[in-house]
Amino acid sequence: MLLIALLLPLVLQDYLTVFATRVIILALFALSFDLVWGYAGIMSFGQALFFGAAGYGVALMARDLDITSIFLILPAGTLIGLIAALLLGGFLLLGRYPSSVIFVSLGTLTGSYAADRLARGWYYLGGQNGIPSIPSLSLGSTDISEGPVYYYLALGILAVVYLLCRFLVRSQFGLALAGLRENEQRIAFFGYKAQHLKAIVFAIGGAIAGLAGSLYAFHEGFVWPNILGVVFSTQVVLYVLFGGSGTLIGAIIGTVIIEGVSFWLSDNYRDVWPIILGVLLLLVIMFRPLGLISFVLGERERVGRFGKAPKETRNAAP
Amino acid sequence: MPLLEASGISKVFGKLTALDGAALTVGENEFHGLIGPNGSGKSTLMKCVAGAEVPTSGKVSFINADITAFTPTERARAGMSLKFQITSVLPTLTLYDNILLALQAHSSLVELVFSRTRRRLHDQVMSMLQQFRLAGRAFDAAATLSHGQQQWLEIAMALAGKPRLLLLDEPTGGMSLEERRVTGELLQPIKQHCSLVIVEHDLDFIRDICDRLTVLDQGKVLASGTVAEIQSNKSVQEIYLRRA
Repeated sequence: MLLIALLLPLVLQDYLTVFATRVIILALFALSFDLVWGYAGIMSFGQALFFGAAGYGVALMARDLDITSIFLILPAGTLIGLIAALLLGGFLLLGRYPSSVIFVSLGTLTGSYAADRLARGWYYLGGQNGIPSIPSLSLGSTDISEGPVYYYLALGILAVVYLLCRFLVRSQFGLALAGLRENEQRIAFFGYKAQHLKAIVFAIGGAIAGLAGSLYAFHEGFVWPNILGVVFSTQVVLYVLFGGSGTLIGAIIGTVIIEGVSFWLSDNYRDVWPIILGVLLLLVIMFRPLGLISFVLGERERVGRFGKAPKETRNAAP
Repeated sequence: MPLLEASGISKVFGKLTALDGAALTVGENEFHGLIGPNGSGKSTLMKCVAGAEVPTSGKVSFINADITAFTPTERARAGMSLKFQITSVLPTLTLYDNILLALQAHSSLVELVFSRTRRRLHDQVMSMLQQFRLAGRAFDAAATLSHGQQQWLEIAMALAGKPRLLLLDEPTGGMSLEERRVTGELLQPIKQHCSLVIVEHDLDFIRDICDRLTVLDQGKVLASGTVAEIQSNKSVQEIYLRRA
């Protein structure tokens, strides 16, 4: 799959490379939500808040401070996402007793909605129109504008983030997350600080969403309030549910398929494509609640195995 | 000074008074049985001690510290462990991972992220599984175990953090006679380093393994003493006869 992704810009027309880059950035965003929901069981209905806040933050850096260096923009975007998630996560998750799923999902939803309204109403942020004409990302004196170079940049970042997430979820920390997801109350009785674990994952998710948001802002060349809002937050939930939550690759597959299919449908069935897409999503969620990935991965593999059996034990086991 | 001292514990759910000034005292290395008719408040008292319920009034002291306001996590870190009445092993994880999950609860965040304690804990995981006669199935999913084996796994998990006090809520519920006997055998060795509070309906089982008993009736302590004292207690005999 990585090989196909690597060769793609060589065969695609320019406008399709731009589209493919956008999908990769969205996949990075989906990865952030998957970590938060699929691994830590936090229902974040406001993941776009971190994506959009970082997008706006780096757009302002470019507009008002003329900063476009990739070495400043991407860390800044990541940091904005991280801080926003720490603040919201600290408020929603770090009570003395565990907060309910409803509280957290409504809290994140409200955060995303409020940010959207704020951006629409605030003249400094461009109101309804957002911030247009963001200059290109730069590496030294070279510009990285949309096209194959940006594509490979996004793909490289997605690969690195994917590997880091994989390392995390397969570590002993990942085992603690598996426990958290399955039975939060139980692991608190073992002595785990369950809320702290959640807040940490929520913050990491925010950081990844922020990284994706800053890549997105410079790729599209403008930011507008929709990228902070509830609709965009829900879109990422669909990517992950469709592909299969709790598997990192599922989030990527879900994004690629949903975006790919919408692109194709909107070209060929101009009027009815959202209905077709909706029916398709419903079918998957009804008949494959664990997502498309469940066609190839069993439940055991999905959860993962953390302890390794030494060879002699493995042979001795029936 | 006793290990655990709960006094004046009351718990009111709306109009229902589940506990009315109940008390429980457990010494070091003591196996203490908590008995009484259905609805007498045994499980509620256990939950108030473990932190799963917040008592309406009363005080819980553990190892000379007032832990009444502690969360379950803080109580676990202070050396208290609870096995729930309903088995709550993590069904999709292997037995090995279930035990590892319990053992690594006290590892630091950095140790967890870089899996630094995995190797060190391996031998402990295997010896816990051995001790509870589950080693042969270490790498099967916990959901594939029989009910009795799941209870053992759960007891093993509760013991993993080397608690000073283990609270067991109906450990032999749903077990066959043979499984009950084995459970008694499995529990005996832990007396060397741990006290036990056990809620149980099977009076024979309680009599075999406990040193002292507390009898609850309608949310109040009816009697407390050694097994022999309780057996000869008139009012205790009465409530059990009444039930029969």
